[in-house]
Amino acid sequence: MKKIIHLTINELDHEIAVEPNKTLADLLRYDLKLTGTKKGCDTGDCGACTVIMNGDPVNSCLVLAVQANGSRIETVEGLSTDEGIHPIQKAFVEKGAIQCGYCTPGMIMSTKSLLDKNPNPNEQEIREGISGNLCRCTGYTKIFEAIESLRS
Amino acid sequence: MKEFDIISTRANRIDTPDKATGRAVFVDDISRPGMLYGALLQSPHAHAKILSIDTSKAEKLKGVKAVITSKDAGSIKYGVSPARYDETVFAIDRVRYVGDEIAAVAADSLDIALAAVDLIKVEYEILPAVLTIEEAMKDGAPLLHEGSPKNLCAEVHQEFGNVEEGLKNSDIIITTKMKNKRQDGAFIEMQGCIAEFDNLGVLTLTSSTQVPHYVQRTVAMVLGMDVGKVRVIKPYVGAGFGIKAAANPMELACCILARKTKKPVKMNYTRDQVFMLARARHQFSHTITTGAKKDGTLMAIKHECWLDGGAYTSFGIATVYYTGSLLGGPYKLDNMSYDGYRVYNNKPACGAQRGHGAVIARAAFEQQLDMIAEKIGMDPLELRIKNMMETGDTTCNDLNMSSFGMSECIEAVRKGSGWDHKKGKMPKGKGIGMACGFFVSGAGYPIYRSDTWHGTVIVKLTEDGGTALVYTASAEIGQGSDTAFAMIAAETLGIPLENVRLASGDTDMGVDLGAYSSRQTLMTGHATKDAAEHAKRQVLEVLAEQLKVPVENMDIRNGFIEFKGAAPDFSGLRTRYIKEHRGWIDNPASEKLTFKEASRIAFLERGSIVGTGKYKPHDLGGKFKGAAVGTSPAYGCSAQVAEVTVDMETGQVTIDKITDAHDCGKAINLTSVEGQMQGSVSMGIGEAMHEEVIFDKQGRVLNHDLAEYKIVTSMDMPHVEAIVVESDEPNGPYGAKEVGEGAIMPTIPAILNAVYDAAGVRLNELPLTPERVYNAIQEYKEKNKIK
Repeated sequence: MKKIIHLTINELDHEIAVEPNKTLADLLRYDLKLTGTKKGCDTGDCGACTVIMNGDPVNSCLVLAVQANGSRIETVEGLSTDEGIHPIQKAFVEKGAIQCGYCTPGMIMSTKSLLDKNPNPNEQEIREGISGNLCRCTGYTKIFEAIESLRS
Repeated sequence: MKEFDIISTRANRIDTPDKATGRAVFVDDISRPGMLYGALLQSPHAHAKILSIDTSKAEKLKGVKAVITSKDAGSIKYGVSPARYDETVFAIDRVRYVGDEIAAVAADSLDIALAAVDLIKVEYEILPAVLTIEEAMKDGAPLLHEGSPKNLCAEVHQEFGNVEEGLKNSDIIITTKMKNKRQDGAFIEMQGCIAEFDNLGVLTLTSSTQVPHYVQRTVAMVLGMDVGKVRVIKPYVGAGFGIKAAANPMELACCILARKTKKPVKMNYTRDQVFMLARARHQFSHTITTGAKKDGTLMAIKHECWLDGGAYTSFGIATVYYTGSLLGGPYKLDNMSYDGYRVYNNKPACGAQRGHGAVIARAAFEQQLDMIAEKIGMDPLELRIKNMMETGDTTCNDLNMSSFGMSECIEAVRKGSGWDHKKGKMPKGKGIGMACGFFVSGAGYPIYRSDTWHGTVIVKLTEDGGTALVYTASAEIGQGSDTAFAMIAAETLGIPLENVRLASGDTDMGVDLGAYSSRQTLMTGHATKDAAEHAKRQVLEVLAEQLKVPVENMDIRNGFIEFKGAAPDFSGLRTRYIKEHRGWIDNPASEKLTFKEASRIAFLERGSIVGTGKYKPHDLGGKFKGAAVGTSPAYGCSAQVAEVTVDMETGQVTIDKITDAHDCGKAINLTSVEGQMQGSVSMGIGEAMHEEVIFDKQGRVLNHDLAEYKIVTSMDMPHVEAIVVESDEPNGPYGAKEVGEGAIMPTIPAILNAVYDAAGVRLNELPLTPERVYNAIQEYKEKNKIK
C-alpha cells in the first residue's frame, strides 16, 4: 500500500504517495522526472545518485523514499539560479572536469556538500569529499583542479 | 600571427554545461507514452543443454505483453566480424556461459517483467564446463562451437624478418612470461536502450552505444529489415571504453519485443548484468623472448600469447591480431614473430577495451627493455632513445609512422619527472620507472569488408547566415568528439565556435563507424573539415559572382570576409542584407563584410547551403594475412614515468606520481587531450593495481559490483603531469591524431619498472596486490639471502 510522504526538493514542497519499497533515486528520476540524478549501480557503490539530504550527501539509491519523509532534498537541478549556473558547475565546465558526464551530477552534489561545510578544503579533504563518487573517465585530476579553484 | 584561431585552444566543451546541470539526456532518462519494460532470462549455468522452455505461466501473468525466445528471434548468427559470427539473440539449444540469453519479457512495469522472467521454466541438462584455457584445450574437453576443435577460436602465426637469425646475432637474450587478469570496462552508465516502431514500420533504437552504425547494421540483419528502415540514435552515453562497440543481445531482444508488442520497450542492464555480458579486456598470457646487442640495439622479438576468450568471438579475432601487431613499434626492429591463440571457454566473452589487445604485451616487453638496459649498464631511457623509430619509419609489419614525436615525449618526461636526478639515486623502497607505447589513430579498415566511407558529415548554414549546423553520425561517449568536430568546423569555416551547433550520434545523419580504435578525431575530423570547406566554398563562389572578385582572393576568418588587397565595394550586398533583415536590431555595422551577410546572400542565390564531407583512409599496410589489423593512417605515441613507494614489510605499492607525455599530432582541444591522458593513466593504474574479475568454480562472477571490483577512486589517483607533445600529422585533419588509447600503453610497464627499481622484484602477474608483491619480496630476500 502506498504511503503519503512530504519532501522539500530544491525548495519546492511535495506531497507524494509512494510504494514503501521505492528508493529516493527512483522517486526523483521516474516519478518526479528529475533525471539529473543518475543511477550507476543501484547498490550504493558508485555515487552517481548522490543528492543532499538535510545537508548531508547520500546515495539516493540506498534511501527509501519513505525514509526521506520530512526531509529537505537538494538535487543537481536545484543548483542553477536565475543568475546562471552555479559556481561549482561553472568550475567543472571550465576546468574540463567533465567527460561522459554520468558521474558529474553526483560528483557536483558531493562537492557542494564538501564546500558548504568546509569552504577551504585541502587536497586530502577534497579527495575524501568525493571518495564516494566513482569516475572512470577523467582520472579525477581535473575534478580536483575544479574544486581547488572554488576554495574561498 | 597565430596559425589557428580555434584549434589547439582550451575551448569549453559544448556538451558540458548540460552535463553539469543534469540536463544532458542519457537513455534511461527517456520515457515514451505507453512504454513497456523488458527483462531478460539468462542462463544460471555455465554450460547446459536446453531441453525445454515453458513460457506459459509467464505469458498469463497480468501485465505481461510478450514473451520471446529463439522461436521469435530466429537463428541468424551475428557478432562483430562477419567471418566469425557465432552468436544468436537467444540460445537455441545450448547455453555457453552464466548469463547467456534465453528469453525476454515485455510488461507494463519492470517489476512485472522480472516476475514473469521468474515464471519461465527451463529444463536444462547440465554439461561439463571448461573455465580456463588449460581445461578447454584438454583432450576430450567439451567443445563450445562446432568447427572449433580444441576450443581454439583463432590462431595467428606471423614472422617478419628472420627471428632465429636475429636471436643468433644477439648478445643478450631475455625470455619472460606475463599475465594480467580479466578486466571490466566499469563505465558508470550501464547499457540501456529503447526500441520503438512507427506505423510505417520504421524501427528507432535509442541506445547507450559507441557505434550506432554497426548496431544499425546488426539490428537490420537479425530482424531481417532494410538498413534504411532502422534508425539508431545514441543519446549522451556514460562512456564505453570499447565494451559498447558492438550490438549487444539486449538491444536485439528489445527490438524484437517492440516489434511483437507494437509498443516502445525500454531495457537496462543492472550492474551485475554488465559484468555478465563482459566484452572487456581479455586475460593474456604472454611469453616473449627479446634479443639485443651489447650496445643495446634490439635484434628480435619472439612472441607467443594465449587469450582467454570466453564463450563467443566478439572482438576477439581483432584482439588476437592486435596483440601481435602493436608490438612492432615504437622501436626499430627488423625481426619479429608472433604466435597468438584465442581459446573459447564457458565464461562471458571478452572483447575490446582501451588499448585493444596490446596493453599486456607492452607490459611484458617494456620490462624486458629495462632488463636489457640493466645487463649492459645503460640508462633504460637512453636504451629507448637509441632504438626509437623516427618520423617516416615503417615497422617490420608495415605500420608507417607518418608523424612520430616519440623522442620529444621521452625528453619531456625525462625533464618533467626529474629522471636524471632520480634514476638510481632513490632510497630502497622508492623507485622510478619508464615505458613507451603507441596506438592506432583509427582502424585502417571497417569491421565488415567494404569500400564504405568511414565517416560522412553534413554542414548546413542556417538561412539567416548566422549559424553552421554540423550533422555527424559519430559517437560522443565522453571523449569530447562533439566539441572537437565543432571546433574543426568553426576553424574551417572561419567563424567563432559559438556560431556552430552540432548534432551527432544518429544514423539518419550519415555513416560513421563510431567511437572505437581511437578513430574519430582523425577520420570524422577529416570528414567535418571536408564538409565545412565545401560549404565555405559555396559561400565564396556566390560572393565571387556578386562582387566580381576571384574566389582565391577571399577568405573567411573570425566571422568576417577577408580580401586579398583592397576590399571591393560591398555596399550593395549590405543594403540587400539589411533589407532582408527588416525589424531586426543587429544590422551589421562593421567595416568588414560579415560571414553572416555573405551566407545569407548565398542562401538567397542558391537555396540552402549544404556542405558534404567524407573520409576513408588510403590503402594501408602489407599484404600478409592479418595485415589489416594494426594499420592506421597515423599513430599516436606516449612516454610515461612512474614513481612509486613499496612498503618492503607489507608489499603495499603506492604510486606517487605519473609523468605522461603524448604526441597527439596537433591537439584540437588541449584540455580534452589532457583529460584523455589522465583518464588513460587511471585505467592503467586500475589494471596494474587492483582490477580483476573473479569467477567461482561454476563460472559465476563473484565480484559483480563496483564495491568488490575495484576501480581507481579519488583516494588512489596519484598526481599526473600530462604533457601534450604536438607534431604535425600529414594524414590528420589540421595535423591531429589519437590520444584516447595510446596514453594507456606505457602506464602498466612504467609502474612495474618503478616497482623493480624500488624493491628489486619483477612482477610477471597482475594486479599488484600487496600479497603478490610481498611474496615476490620474500622470494627475492631468500634468493639473495637478505634478512
